[in-house]
Amino acid sequence: MSRSAGAARRVLVAIPYLWLGLFFLLPFAIVLRMALSDAATALPPYAPHFEGPGQLGAFLAALDLENLQLLFADALYWQSYLTSLRIAALTTLSALMIGYPLAYAMAAAPRRWQGLLVLLVILPFWTSFLIRVYAWAGILRPDGLLDAALMGLGLTSEPLRLLNTEAAVLIGMVYSYLPFMVLPLYATLQKLDPSLLEAAADLGATPAAAFRTVTLPLSLPGILAGAALVFIPAIGEFVIPDLLGGPETGMIGKVLWTEFFSNRDWPLASAVAIVLLLVLVLPLALLQRWQMARAGRAGDGP
Amino acid sequence: MSEPNRARPAPDAPRRVSPGSVRRAFQPWNEPQARPIVEFRQVVKRFGAVTAVDHVSLALYPREFFALLGASGCGKTTLMRMLAGFETPDAGEILLDGVDITAVPAHLRPVNMMFQSYALFPHLSVADNIAYGLKREGLPRPEIARRVEEMLALVKLEGLGRRKPDQLSGGQRQRVALARSLAKRPKLLLLDEPMAALDRKLREATQFELMDLQSELGTTFMVVTHDQDEAMTMADRMAVMERGRLLQIAPPDLIYEAPANRYVAEFVGDINVFEARIRAVEGELVSADAPLIGAIAFDEEAVRLAAGESVAIGLRPEKIMLSHEEPPQPVNKVRGEIWDIGYLGDMTMVQVMIGGDAGRLLKVSLTNSTRRIARPFAWEDEVWLSWDVEAGLVLPP
Ligand SMILES: Nc1ncnc2c1ncn2[C@@H]1O[C@H](COP(=O)(O)OP(=O)(O)O)[C@@H](O)[C@H]1O
Ligand SMILES: [Mg+2]
Repeated sequence: MSRSAGAARRVLVAIPYLWLGLFFLLPFAIVLRMALSDAATALPPYAPHFEGPGQLGAFLAALDLENLQLLFADALYWQSYLTSLRIAALTTLSALMIGYPLAYAMAAAPRRWQGLLVLLVILPFWTSFLIRVYAWAGILRPDGLLDAALMGLGLTSEPLRLLNTEAAVLIGMVYSYLPFMVLPLYATLQKLDPSLLEAAADLGATPAAAFRTVTLPLSLPGILAGAALVFIPAIGEFVIPDLLGGPETGMIGKVLWTEFFSNRDWPLASAVAIVLLLVLVLPLALLQRWQMARAGRAGDGP
Repeated sequence: MSEPNRARPAPDAPRRVSPGSVRRAFQPWNEPQARPIVEFRQVVKRFGAVTAVDHVSLALYPREFFALLGASGCGKTTLMRMLAGFETPDAGEILLDGVDITAVPAHLRPVNMMFQSYALFPHLSVADNIAYGLKREGLPRPEIARRVEEMLALVKLEGLGRRKPDQLSGGQRQRVALARSLAKRPKLLLLDEPMAALDRKLREATQFELMDLQSELGTTFMVVTHDQDEAMTMADRMAVMERGRLLQIAPPDLIYEAPANRYVAEFVGDINVFEARIRAVEGELVSADAPLIGAIAFDEEAVRLAAGESVAIGLRPEKIMLSHEEPPQPVNKVRGEIWDIGYLGDMTMVQVMIGGDAGRLLKVSLTNSTRRIARPFAWEDEVWLSWDVEAGLVLPP
């Protein structure tokens, strides 16, 4: 390979790192610096302790973790984290339960329909997310569309009072994030070689056994991708709990928003964000390692 | 029933020489009391406007090695898939051991299939692929482990049980697919183009291994192929298929030496075909006139012919003799000029132009039985072609 080609390749490889550095690491450093500051009546509303690399020693000596400590001391914060984790997990699970059969049916549909079906899945994105969540508020509110329909059919006799409950948040979250589950699942299921299922049937597998032993394991990458795509944004979600939730659905995203915009406590909001990131990055890093290990095991022969 | 496959010709035997006389011992299709293991009765399968399988009737017998030969797209795979249970016939019935299985789902049929694409489970190891069918049967673990080892030994893949399919060569994958389909010890194994993905040398070696395996296990094999050499090498009987119909079902030597019609004659092996008009029929000896050739005579027992009738006559290239001197016989000879000599190693294919420059080419094959490089014939030689009365074949359309 010529030197200029080698240089070109190095530049190509460098671009994503540059991107990551510029738009992830640098902002992260700024937020971290904010989290280690004190709130102040100023513009921007914080007084940084870290003034530059020159005073690193002084900064470390006086290192002040009060914002982070508060997150663990005050039940409001860690309970919000737990609520977020629970709701995000429930959302992911429900999206999987609904999304898998949906994606399966899409992949099994005649090929000429599949484009249309994919279009239908992404169609909601053409309307503002906010409007769609508001629409759910209209559906779920007492004497809203849902109650009217159920009571009109004689299935219920009084309003369900779903709005401002965790159930409403879950409904809104599953509705909003379902496409992120369906699309990667559809992509893996659609690639699945149908002759593998025939081979399974040929060897005596009932349709259920063929699903369990062939389809499910081979769609695992799609399940993991869909789960990550739902779980990660779901855990920091604040619009849906704000519009559909009640007092008991204090999700961490909402807390962050309140600290930032209502209380103007930027350092505390930054600390919330940093911990949220850690909560997300840790399990993802573990998942990544597990997948690498699996690929590595498959890669070396006996 | 004897073991028909023991007496097959060695791989280096001359091409296309009939081993029929030794194979004749095994012919259950001629025994009225023999019970077929599989029977197709007037089976039809359509895909929209395409009739993929058109009124096929066929019986396979236990321990038979049956080959289904036909051009790509003629319906071979569809016929096999109906037997495995992946397609439902539009009409007719399929019997297995005398029982109609048309309504039995694939996973309950005691038939196994080796897929053209192999269809190995990519997420399972070689051993788990082979064990797959045994696990579905619910066999105890030690028994499964024993059978997997047995199968790995059978296809000579000992020690590779823990590999994943993508860590194997094409030939090894083919063996895993074979082992997997044999693991349940089916009475009937279907093989869809089992050698299509192998290179030529490997293909020939595998053909003989497959034949040995089949006679060792006593399993009935039905092989689909578009390769006539493969079908003729392996099969006890074969069927030639064209556009959904079976044109002829017979042992390979009969297919070659007594083709049922012109399509079969031209599809299996090389043949020179010309139109002729019958002059006289005296018992079995028929005399006729053909353009560019003149008087010809041939034996014909099967087809009833009448004077004045037009028929297609076929002459296999190896049945024609080539000489510089005019042969003494009064008929079945023609003068020509050598236009092309194709040297193939074991034999030489000569193209001879008869009837002058605007005439037609006939193919003649010569066996290269000596190592002499100087050949008796050269380009532009004036030569005589001649043949026996047994050589000419009447080919119904
Ligand atoms: N699932 C299907 N849908 C529509 N047409 C099909 C299908 N399977 C096979 N065919 C058609 O039926 C004919 C026979 O196909 P096939 O049995 O695969 O042939 P072969 O195996 O001899 O190459 C072809 O014309 C093919 O296009
Ligand atoms: Mg085929």
